[in-house]
Parts: sequence; structure tokens; C-alpha cells
Amino acid sequence: MALLEVENLTKFYKDVRALSGVSFEVKKGEFVAIIGPSGSGKTTLVRCINRLIDPSDGTIRFDRMDMRALEGMHLRHARAKIGMIFQHYNLVTRLTVIENVLHGRLGYKSDLAGILGVYSEEEKQKAVEVLGLLGLEDYVYRRCDQLSGGQMQRVGIARALVQDPRMILCDEPIASLDPSSAKIIMDYLQKIQQELRITIIVNIHQVDIAKKYAERILGFNKGHLVFDNKPGKLDKDTTREIYGAEAGELFSN
Amino acid sequence: MSSSLTDGLSASQFFRRKKLVLTAVLAAMVILSLAAGTLTDFRIAKVFVAIPRVAVWLVKNVVPDQMALTRVPNILDKLVATIFMSIMASVTAAVAALVLALLGSKTTRVHPVFSVLTRGIASVTRNIPVVAWALIFLITFGQSTFTGFLALFFVTFGFLTRAFTETIDEVSASAVEALRAAGASRPQVIAQAVFPSSMPQMLSWLLFMIETNIRSATLVGLVTGSGIGFVFDIYYKSLQYKSAFMVVIAIVVVTLAIEMISNALRRVIL
Ligand SMILES: Nc1ncnc2c1ncn2[C@@H]1O[C@H](COP(=O)(O)OP(=O)(O)OP(=O)(O)O)[C@@H](O)[C@H]1O
Ligand SMILES: [Mg+2]
Repeated sequence: MALLEVENLTKFYKDVRALSGVSFEVKKGEFVAIIGPSGSGKTTLVRCINRLIDPSDGTIRFDRMDMRALEGMHLRHARAKIGMIFQHYNLVTRLTVIENVLHGRLGYKSDLAGILGVYSEEEKQKAVEVLGLLGLEDYVYRRCDQLSGGQMQRVGIARALVQDPRMILCDEPIASLDPSSAKIIMDYLQKIQQELRITIIVNIHQVDIAKKYAERILGFNKGHLVFDNKPGKLDKDTTREIYGAEAGELFSN
Repeated sequence: MSSSLTDGLSASQFFRRKKLVLTAVLAAMVILSLAAGTLTDFRIAKVFVAIPRVAVWLVKNVVPDQMALTRVPNILDKLVATIFMSIMASVTAAVAALVLALLGSKTTRVHPVFSVLTRGIASVTRNIPVVAWALIFLITFGQSTFTGFLALFFVTFGFLTRAFTETIDEVSASAVEALRAAGASRPQVIAQAVFPSSMPQMLSWLLFMIETNIRSATLVGLVTGSGIGFVFDIYYKSLQYKSAFMVVIAIVVVTLAIEMISNALRRVIL
């Protein structure tokens, strides 16, 4: 039984077709990388999955829920089970690290408790524990605007983890980081997938990194899913199909 | 840079053309000012000639005397009342503006229609000058402090609605997106992402409007017959220039003090 089933997903922005009839499945605990040139629809796809963007057509089934049919409370609970990590971390930088991490619990809270920021002792301990796992134990009460990019992204991961998610969506999580911070982040994502059995879906520009970490690669071109297979199957021809004729040479090795 | 104007130019041609444009603009400004001066019968020379005479007149008529000094308590009284009125108007307008900004900003709106409405309301209220507002309410409510309050309220409301809307969209959009993705409800998003990220900038805008309003309050008072403007008006019309000038001195001192306090506060907030 697949954790995520996407069927015939289509998205129009006015008359721009960003996704056309995309279908694929992701199993529980899988590590999937999504590659494709700029504008091929990667961001649109992951945002459709948790309904930050409303799809124009098709179905998205996550954990047996029909995502497109969900509203209000039900949508919030479904989103709580899907973590999200962003290129620009998207933290409230004026707040402390732990406050940002606890934002990951809002999907489970009543309006009032969430507005007042009332968290249980258990939730706070969980947040501290997760920060420890990510090597941020010394930064718990630090304001986020004092952190480096790599540290902020780890706070983003911690926020996703306290959601207790079944799946984490990552939209270019390392695009703003230097190579060594990028490796740290990718290693943490892999660890999360292998040890916690959380499904990881990651949009990424570097094909070599996608090949190294992912168990499966989805390749997009102009909104079409043109490749869906193991990294080993990604050869010169398929790379060319994803990135266009000229780019094929660049990725030949 | 590749506009059709600069395409295919060498560097020296580019800079020559730039200088030419600059000269043309300057020349146009000079000609415009001269034309305006002729039309309004305004002569620069006349102004310069008048300066020494004005100075002498000021010293004779305006330096506070005993009488003016005895009026200081009364003046300060009215000034403090005017300041409180300005602060009240600014703060209540800020609260109203915050509500409208939350409804209208791209980041927190319920529906795009609200953005259009908000922008419309903000532009109209903001673009009617404060004195015009004062006149509008003067007709409706007569001469009173309330009239002045309303005039300041509406101008501030329009200005802050726009400033707050932009602040929310600039400062909090990315965090709002993350919280929505985590399943937070709209009120939670506003309390946990929008307020913490945009509050300092909003408070700074509010301080700016309080300063501005304390300055405009004098003018509004003149029109609406209230506060410090009214006191000035009375002294001025009864030809007690020394007392009237005492009012001006008090206003300048207090405005400077307010600006200093406000800058200090801003340093703490930001
Ligand atoms: N809000 C929007 N309004 C209109 N068109 C949009 C919007 N967002 C994306 N698009 C268009 O949809 C297409 C897919 O964009 P998307 O951002 O999903 O691509 P991407 O693969 O994530 O690109 P990148 O690698 O540059 O992030 C592009 O043609 C883009 O211009
Ligand atoms: Mg993208």
C-alpha cells in the first residue's frame, strides 16, 4: 500500500500549464528525489501535495485521505502529518529556536492554545530532544537571526520532526547552503528516513546529490513526468530528456 | 543595462548622453521656477531684501516678555492635551488599520476581494489631506476636540493600513507559509508568525505617525478651534505676538523632545 498516490495531477496558473497529468506513487519510508530544469514544476508539485496550492485536476491520496476533498480541521490534521522544509528555512527569525520548533505542533492544537503558544511539558521536552539529535543543543534559547544558514535549516528540520510526520517534503533544502552544510543537511534527511522510517521527497538541482541519496528519482520537464526509476537508470539519454539536449553532456558522468 | 536608448553606445557616448540629460533636467527646473515666479509675482530678490527687516521685527515683537511667561502653564496645559489627543488618535487608528491590513494583505487575507477593498479604502483616506478632513468634520461636528481627533484618525488610518499591509507581506510571508504547511489555523498563523515578525516595524510606523500627528495637531487645532492651535490663534488674532511666539517655542521644544523619545524607543524595539 503506497503512502502517497498522485494520479493525473494537473495545475494551471491562469493559462500556464505547470503540471500536466502527473501520476506516481511513493511507498512508506522511501527517499525520492525530484529533478528537472527551472520552471519544470517541482515546487508546484510539492505544494500541491500539502495543498499550499490547489491543484486544477487529478487526485492526491496521502495515507488513504483524499487531500483535495479535505477542508478546515481535517486539512490541518493531514498537513500536520506532512512536514515541509524550505530553501529559505521560513523561520520566524525574531523568535527563539525552541519557539520555532514548537510551531510544528500547531496543527494539533486548538485555536486558542495555538494563539497563546501554550505547549505541554511533553511537547517542550520533545522539541529539546529533537534539537539535540540535530546537534543544536547549545542553541535552544538562541534567537534564530543569530544562526548560520545550515543551523537555520536544521531548525527547519526540527520543526518538521516535532510534527511527528509520516512524510517530509523538501523544496530545494540545500540550494542556499555551502557544500559542507549541504552535506550535513542531506545526511540528516537520510538518517531521518533510515532510522525513523519517514518518507522523504526532495526537490533538488544537483543531479549527483540526488543520485547519491535517493532510492528513486522523478524527472520533470515542462510539467511532464518524464523519468521515474532508480538512480542507476539515469543515463545520458534520460538526463537529456529531462534537461534538454545541450544539458545532456553536463551530466554524462 | 540594455534599454533601447543605451543599446550599442560606447562608454564615452553613454556618459555624454547622461550628462546631456542631466543638464536638460536642470535647465527645465530653472525655467519652470522662473515661470512660476513670474506668474505668482514672486521675486527672489525681494525675499532676500526682506530678511534683515524680518529679523528686526522678530526681535522687537516676538521675544517673550513677562506676560508671555505667565502664560506658559496654560500653554503647556493645552499642549499636553493636544499631544494626548494625537497619541489617542494615532493608537486607535493603528488598531483599526491593523484589522484592515490583516484582512487585506496577500499573506493573511481570506479572499483576494479584500485586498482590493483595503487598498481602495486606504488610498482614499490617505490621500485626503489632514486639513481637508478637519474641514469635513468641522461642518459635521462643529468646533471641538473631537473634530480634530477624527481628522487625525482618518489620515493615520489610511497611511498605517498601507504601511501595515506592506510590512505583513514583506516580513512574514515566508514564515506564514511554513506554519500553514504545518497545519496551523489562520488565527494561529497571525498570532505566531505575523505578529512576532512584523510587530517591531509596525510599532516603528506608529511612532512615526504619532510624531507626524503631534506636528499636524497644531494646524488641525487652528482649523477646528481646539488644543494648542486654538490658543495660538487667540493670541495671534488679539495681536499678542509675544505670547503667540511663546506657543511656537513650546511646540518646537516639545516636538523635539518627542522625536528624541521616539528615536530612543525605536532603538529598543528594532
Ligand atoms: N504563482 C504563480 N503564478 C503563475 N505562474 C506560476 C506561479 N508559480 C509558478 N508558475 C509557473 O509555473 C511553472 C512551474 O513553476 P515551478 O515554480 O513549479 O517550477 P520549479 O521546477 O520549482 O522551478 P525552480 O527550479 O526554478 O524552482 C513555471 O512556468 C512558472 O513560471
Ligand atoms: Mg522551485
